Amino acid sequence: MTDANTPSSNEPTRRDFLSLTAGAVGVAGVACAAVPLVGSLAPAADVLALANTEVDISKIAVGQSTTVMWRGKPVFIRHRSAEEIESAKADDAAEMRDPQTDAARAARPEWLVLVGQCTHLGCVPSGQKMSDNKGDYNGWFCPCHGSHYDASGRIRKGPAPLNLAVPPYKFVSDTKILIGQAA
Amino acid sequence: MSDSSAAPTQYTGLKGWIEYRLPVFSFMDHELNHYPTPKNLNYWWNFGSLAGITLVVMILTGILLAMNYSGDTKLAFQSVERIMRDVNGGWLIRYIHMNGASMFFMVVYIHIFRGLYYGSYKPPRELLWMLGCVILLLMMATAFMGYVLPWGQMSFWGATVITNLFSALPLIGEDLVIWLWGGFSVDNPTLTRFFALHFLMPFMIVGVVVLHIVALHKHGSNNPLGIDIKSKKDSIPFHPYYTIKDLYGLGLFALVWAGFVFFSPNYLGHPDNYIMADPMVTPAHIVPEWYFLPFYAILRAVTFDIPLGLFTIDAKLGGVLAMFGAVGVLFVLPWLDRHPVRSASFRPIYRWAFWFFVLVCLGLGQTGALQPDEPFYFILLGMRIEFFGIHSVVFAQLFTVWYFFHFVALLPLLSKIERAKGLPKSISEPVLRPAGA
Ligand code: HEM
Ligand code: FES
Repeated sequence: MTDANTPSSNEPTRRDFLSLTAGAVGVAGVACAAVPLVGSLAPAADVLALANTEVDISKIAVGQSTTVMWRGKPVFIRHRSAEEIESAKADDAAEMRDPQTDAARAARPEWLVLVGQCTHLGCVPSGQKMSDNKGDYNGWFCPCHGSHYDASGRIRKGPAPLNLAVPPYKFVSDTKILIGQAA
Repeated sequence: MSDSSAAPTQYTGLKGWIEYRLPVFSFMDHELNHYPTPKNLNYWWNFGSLAGITLVVMILTGILLAMNYSGDTKLAFQSVERIMRDVNGGWLIRYIHMNGASMFFMVVYIHIFRGLYYGSYKPPRELLWMLGCVILLLMMATAFMGYVLPWGQMSFWGATVITNLFSALPLIGEDLVIWLWGGFSVDNPTLTRFFALHFLMPFMIVGVVVLHIVALHKHGSNNPLGIDIKSKKDSIPFHPYYTIKDLYGLGLFALVWAGFVFFSPNYLGHPDNYIMADPMVTPAHIVPEWYFLPFYAILRAVTFDIPLGLFTIDAKLGGVLAMFGAVGVLFVLPWLDRHPVRSASFRPIYRWAFWFFVLVCLGLGQTGALQPDEPFYFILLGMRIEFFGIHSVVFAQLFTVWYFFHFVALLPLLSKIERAKGLPKSISEPVLRPAGA
């Protein structure tokens, strides 16, 4: 129907323009209002405030490890022996899924600090105790789906995509480290 | 109403007063007495109403639990133990709720397989089917969060493993998981929000169920023959014929449920969940509840990176995509199976494909329960059946391939080539003259 008085149906009208702009402003408004609501689900100030942990490492003998809690997850602190450091460094050249040198992971080679959460789906790998299964690479082994980590905490075998994370930390003194703040 | 064939009667008195302002009586009369239902529905058609009743029971017991439950990591475990020991009838309410989740999935899975067998997803019921898929997704989220609430070891580690799945998403994954947790691990903020959502989502399910039923009543139920109602002779009023049949089914179903509640309340659970959550100790064997096992198997089946030219989907992301894809493919099923005949009774090849698919799903469930590097086996009639010590992950991979093959290749192919058997002329015909006679 092409009546001279009715605008042709595909011709935009002033009303179309008003509907579209009003709609667009409405959508933008809702999006703005959603920002603080969605943001309220992010970590709250008190959770962030607990984000640092200080650890006394003087009592950890060579070849031993301890596990501390940081941000609700376990952190492995390992006092590595000379052989362990050597094997970790020797492996630097090996084929790896997430290549990284041992030096890049341990600022002071005798201290290895790792987030004790498998990068696959977050289980706590075994290997902290002498009697634990340390996997095929003499580091840590995740029992959940079989990820093997080496003496530097690097992923060597299994489904995990990344090396065990090194948390930000710094030496406050020779016997104290602060986990949660980079050096 | 004595005369159900008459148009909605004139309501009088108080009924009339209300009806004039709020037409509930004519609505109910229309949906129950005048709702024409195929007269040949078999017992597989009971499971929809069972699912609805289960939902009501879950909401009822859930509200009562919530009155005694504390959604705080320091109190949650104790509060559930208090429900079990000190609250009057608390053990009963919790066991009904806990086993109710299993019953709910059992009923809904049967309901879904019913739909698969009889082609209930085909036109004009595509949206009805898709709303059902939405309900399934909401149920999964609800049950997952509910399982976290008692804050046992399986609660905590199940939540850790599943929330960590989202870290597989490229770019935003890590931040997304921190946002989901409200912290840097599964912790108090996670528990409190899961409680709030676990309370909310069942009511969202109710909303979608209403839409599901609106869509159902628009074109009416499918039936075992998969052909449309052609005349009055093909149908009977829902009430009293199917109300009574549904009630009978409910009686049997309640017996099964009560059997679990009273005789083996923890049979379907894991003992580890009676140990309070400990973020420092992972249980040796993390397994989800049985109703998630097939999906868990699909998740773990992807153990290799998938190169796609420019970029690579790593094993972790691949597993996550496959798992969600397993539900996602159900949504598009009406467009994958375009065979004009609905019921598998008249599709000789599809009938085999269907039963084989059922076996594959059961197989996936079994591989989900086993450790990936454990030899695959299952127990049949007390016998342990093994397969030359082949690892369960290999079977999980085969089953996963078949699961997707069934939907994306086999069904489209059968739509083209399968010749159906002759359909009866009407629903009444085979009742009067059984097929083959
Ligand atoms: C779709 C329906 C629902 C499903 C599938 C479901 C599922 C579950 C599951 C699997 C659990 C863990 C049981 C256990 O191991 O102890 C649970 C716990 C719980 N649910 Fe639900 N639920 C549903 C509805 C509700 C509703 C509507 C509420 C409250 C209004 C609720 C409140 C609770 C509470 C307080 C707990 C913790 C107590 C406990 O663990 O026994 N649920 N739910
Ligand atoms: S969580 Fe460690 S291998 Fe899966």
